[in-house]
Amino acid sequence: MEEKVNPGGTGAALDLIEEHPILEFQHGKKITFFFDGRELEGFEGEPISSALHANGVRVYRETADMHRPRGFFCAIGKCSSCFMVVDGVPNVRTCVTPLTAGMRVETQRGRGVVPGSDEGGASS
Amino acid sequence: MKKLSTEVLVIGGGAAGLSAAAEAASAGAKVLVVESDLRPGGQLIKQTHKFFGSKDEYAGTRGFKIADILLDEINSFKDSVSILQNTTVSGYYKEDDEFTAMRGEEEYFHIKAKKTIVATGAQERLIPFPNNDIPGVYGAGAVQTLMNVYGVLPGRRVLMVGAGNIGLIVSYQLMQAGVQVAAVVEAAPRVGGYWVHAAKIRRMGVPILLRHSIKRALGEKCITGAVITGLNERFEPVGPEQQINCDLICIAVGLSPTTELLSQAGCKMMYVPQLCGNVAQRDRGMRTSNPDFYTAGDAGGIEEASAAMVEGRIAGLSAAAALGYPTEHGKLDEYWGRLQSLRKGEAGARICQGIDCVLVKDWEGVAHA
Repeated sequence: MEEKVNPGGTGAALDLIEEHPILEFQHGKKITFFFDGRELEGFEGEPISSALHANGVRVYRETADMHRPRGFFCAIGKCSSCFMVVDGVPNVRTCVTPLTAGMRVETQRGRGVVPGSDEGGASS
Repeated sequence: MKKLSTEVLVIGGGAAGLSAAAEAASAGAKVLVVESDLRPGGQLIKQTHKFFGSKDEYAGTRGFKIADILLDEINSFKDSVSILQNTTVSGYYKEDDEFTAMRGEEEYFHIKAKKTIVATGAQERLIPFPNNDIPGVYGAGAVQTLMNVYGVLPGRRVLMVGAGNIGLIVSYQLMQAGVQVAAVVEAAPRVGGYWVHAAKIRRMGVPILLRHSIKRALGEKCITGAVITGLNERFEPVGPEQQINCDLICIAVGLSPTTELLSQAGCKMMYVPQLCGNVAQRDRGMRTSNPDFYTAGDAGGIEEASAAMVEGRIAGLSAAAALGYPTEHGKLDEYWGRLQSLRKGEAGARICQGIDCVLVKDWEGVAHA
């Protein structure tokens, strides 16, 4: 299939299930947040990773040594695939961290940098 | 650092954990449930199908409704049960008899408990193939979370790897959500799950390719397709290769029990293939070799949610009894009767073999073995 990596942006329709034979989805309040500086829409209190996925974002971080793309994987906070920098804090498990209005979510490169430290954790 | 104390700590708020909490609370114990997800219910809240099994375990009711029933039961004891969500128990320190826990990403605290029920569930297995690490290769549980809990489309077209019950059920759920299922591949020569689930998706035109597996995933930054191949009796690829157009590869090749905390507590562990991994030995009350620790649900061996609920009841009952709360005479035997009726049939026979390996008659007798 055609590769569409991280498209989206405000205005693009969210990738949500509109009709379901059994389930009714009660989403929270619609809010906006930022992904790598772009303003996106999401639902308050739902996991950051779900909001990104609904916006068509697939790549959440890049590995330190081989620069492989990483994204959503286990959804239970165990695998570390979906680590991102959230409001300046690296290695946040975005699959179990609730979205809040105005949150700044950034693609994580490498191991991340601990806020307030001089040490660059990211590999070259 | 903040420290919480409780009589019964239940780690994991899924099918087993919620049942354990309800049972212990009904006997009078004070219970704290710690759940790592943003909401309790575990795998139950992701299930749209009606459960099999027996009426006692809500046969005929859809999974997500069972979670509501259990939560209602727990709410009826609201003074004695509290549930901490978005909180992960990260370790147990035997020397201090204390747990460390983390709420969200940055709030750390300690927990002290008289009795602990480990109902941590399971983790998904992954199989090796080139490119299995790029976005679009998701575990079946993760796909269920995305689509059935949060209503997000996980993809447009999926290749399902594995034709056990989870692979079959999730294929059907994907179709309910409007996702096309290109094919289900299964390395074994036969469908592992129930025929009724297989028939349902075959009727909808989805091919179940037996003796087939994924050879590699295609795509640079995310999945654009997959190459599948036939396998021989020794599971070696024999071709012909076939390219599948898909943006999602869903892995449903089995689960492993989550048992780190039981190991940290020094519980005697045993590798049991029928229970899908390393699990704690236990007595009929689900008590492990550490008298303050109980195991329940998938953490003690991979099985269906209905059995996890009964094991949770047993663990909750035993923990309450060990704390001195009066419990109904004969309840333990009744629960074992329910387990036995759930463990009938071919899959159940295998589970029973596994249980026979880990079940200890009396811990006193083997305490120093």
